[in-house]
Amino acid sequence: MIFEELGHIEEAELEAQSRFERRIHVCAAAGCLASGADAVKEALSGELQSTGLEERCQMVGVGCMGLCSRGPLVSIQPDNVLLAQVRAKDAKEVVGTLGKKPPKRLACPSDLPFFKRQLKVVLENMGRIDPERIEEYIAVGGYSALHKGLTEMTSQEVIDEVVKSGLRGRGGAGYPTGLKWSQLSKESSPIKYVVCNADEGDPGAFMDRSVLEGDPHRVLEGMILAGYATGATQGFIYVRAEYPLAIKRLNLAIKQASRLGLLGHNICGTPVSFGVEVRVGAGAFVCGEETALMASIEGGRGTPRPRPPFPTQSGIWGRPTMINNVETFANIPPIIRNGGKWLAEIGTEKSKGTKVFSLSGKVVNTGLIEVPMGITLREIIFEIGGGIPFGGKFKAVQTGGPSGGCVPDSGLDVPVDYESLSHLGTIMGSGGMVVMDDSASMVDVARFFLDFSRHESCGKCIPCRVGTVQMHGLLDKIAANRATSEDLAMLEELCDLVRKTSLCGLGQTAPTPVVSTLRHFREEYLSHLSGKA
Amino acid sequence: MPTSVKVKTLRIDGRDVSAREDQTILEVARENDIWIPTLCHLDGLSPVGACRLCLVEIKGSTKLLPACVTAVEEGMEVSTQTEGLESYRRMILELLFSERNHVCSICKSNGHCEMQTLAQRLGLTHIHFPYRYPSLPVDLSHELFGMDHNRCILCTRCVRVCAEIEGAHVWDVMGRGVDARIICDLNQPWGTSETCTSCGKCVHVCPTGALFERGRSASEMDKRPEFLPYLTLMRRAGGE
Ligand SMILES: Cc1cc2nc3c(=O)[nH]c(=O)nc-3n(C[C@H](O)[C@H](O)[C@H](O)COP(=O)(O)O)c2cc1C
Ligand code: SF4
Ligand code: FES
Repeated sequence: MIFEELGHIEEAELEAQSRFERRIHVCAAAGCLASGADAVKEALSGELQSTGLEERCQMVGVGCMGLCSRGPLVSIQPDNVLLAQVRAKDAKEVVGTLGKKPPKRLACPSDLPFFKRQLKVVLENMGRIDPERIEEYIAVGGYSALHKGLTEMTSQEVIDEVVKSGLRGRGGAGYPTGLKWSQLSKESSPIKYVVCNADEGDPGAFMDRSVLEGDPHRVLEGMILAGYATGATQGFIYVRAEYPLAIKRLNLAIKQASRLGLLGHNICGTPVSFGVEVRVGAGAFVCGEETALMASIEGGRGTPRPRPPFPTQSGIWGRPTMINNVETFANIPPIIRNGGKWLAEIGTEKSKGTKVFSLSGKVVNTGLIEVPMGITLREIIFEIGGGIPFGGKFKAVQTGGPSGGCVPDSGLDVPVDYESLSHLGTIMGSGGMVVMDDSASMVDVARFFLDFSRHESCGKCIPCRVGTVQMHGLLDKIAANRATSEDLAMLEELCDLVRKTSLCGLGQTAPTPVVSTLRHFREEYLSHLSGKA
Repeated sequence: MPTSVKVKTLRIDGRDVSAREDQTILEVARENDIWIPTLCHLDGLSPVGACRLCLVEIKGSTKLLPACVTAVEEGMEVSTQTEGLESYRRMILELLFSERNHVCSICKSNGHCEMQTLAQRLGLTHIHFPYRYPSLPVDLSHELFGMDHNRCILCTRCVRVCAEIEGAHVWDVMGRGVDARIICDLNQPWGTSETCTSCGKCVHVCPTGALFERGRSASEMDKRPEFLPYLTLMRRAGGE
């Protein structure tokens, strides 16, 4: 295929879609599937068939619509009708009211603050296209950024746009993406690799999974552009085995893109070549750490190694390698389409663009959200999230999973950006956000994450391997009201040791849940010390 | 050795020293009789930076860096013996002693153990952390050697010497975190290994009493790792 044919595919697809009067979108992402979306889709299809409407109404399985707590979700276009908590037995009623007023019991207003306060860049296609058909992606402008990048821009110009956008890595640390790309582009090795980190192991996080399941081509498009910009010809997507649907859809997307010549040798007749392979992880959180991830791709045991050398200097099989997160790559197509300046206008001075969060815990609306950087935690929790259910009282919000910390009430008006969150003693992280009400015990929260870290420690370095176990033991003791103030002092000493002396990011950040709860909720720890509780 | 190697000047503990640009801080420190504690490091094996005992402070950097893998840089100012570092080192050793069952008095390597010697040198008098007392096996299936997991500190010297020097790769690590363990071949008794050449290199690079020759009693197992620098030197000479 040559790029011009993308236009034909787009036209043909739009033409085919226009033959239908309406499209029924049924969420086919993990959350809704778990609450029975498959059966709903089947029942709706059956109903369309038996009423003879199948010629006029197209059924589409789409990616996550966001409001996971109210699934299975169904949306009807172009009527802009959203139905929540649909059951298979509702199919008759839903099909019967097509084009009319939807059943009251199911209707969900689409102008809720949950939807209105969001800004969708990465998630722009979620819930709108069938992730298993490349034609649908192309019909909403997919691969036009690749077309533009490869035919109208030099590699350096692609990097320049990414630099201009101010995009920072969404995998947690917030490293400037454009800088990383330019570092790889300067390496002279004839073989270079681009890696998409889809290991997403933080408990409670499902952002990357949703993007891969709902819009996989977008990630491929970002990766191919990265390959072109940096001179890498091979890409790997490292996905955890616990995401079988994401793996299936990625493999399908790779097959479809290769068939159209968007991947492989001489992409669409240009001199650019880029191939992508999926590598499946074996369920170790530490394999999200970049040096462990590379060891795992090489087929070795996934343990981190000291840096330098950094991956862009010496990575997979000693070759320069650049690792970016799923969401980072997913930001690239709109940056190239609209220009870096466009993204740079969203967000705060040092944190540009949007961030996807998986909102969960004690909040009315749980699900997948995308917000502009700079929004406050209060707006996220009380407007988008709808506040605490059953009139409960807010206590803390945890961000950044096992590497992050808890923010109390007093931090709610701080804008969400990398620096502000770090001042509060937590991190942006990859986007996990767990809301807690006043029934939560902060010692238990810290204990939960330390339990996670001690099990996920790879065991290579002593401070993390043994330190996390000792810390967890002390937290057990505190929770059981058996600890003394010496134990608390020992816990704090260990926090400092593990943080400062561990080899990789896992150990270096494992104490954060303890340090942050001690900082904001120290009295809770003190009340547990023996003789006081 | 390439002839174009540059020479760098740096400062370690206030002393001006010179170094080849491909040297690590640890190498230069040792050349100048500046002692930095190490456990996982062994000259002749690939460095892993795992034990964290060799961490040093570098002026201008908030991070502590492992001397065994950190390359020298022009004008670097390194401190190897600050109060903070000593306290971290003692705590790391304490954690190690608390992890498994290190009972020196009945250990075959008592008096010849690198961990014991380090503890003495760092002035470790007691262990603050609660002992874990895990239940761990002793593998006595090999006719010449034994492996006591109670004494193993997971430094992976045995794994590396076997893979890198002997070329047999009998040993590897299985499991995660505190449950990580050194295994033989596909996690089987040493005596049933089909790859082990019974060369004994692993025994002699092991810093503790974890790997030992059979027939030795408490305090009788002294280690002779001197073969290693000799072998690496001869190999390098042979390769040139
Ligand atoms: C223990 C640990 C786990 C990590 N897990 C992930 C992960 O699941 N996904 C991810 O993108 N980055 C993860 N990271 C961060 C990566 O090491 C790396 O910084 C990131 O993928 C770089 O991409 P970015 O620049 O686009 O953020 C992890 C880091 C550590 C230390
Ligand atoms: S910090 Fe933890 S996970 Fe990282 S190398 Fe050390 S033991 Fe492994
Ligand atoms: S000797 Fe440097 S980390 Fe062990």
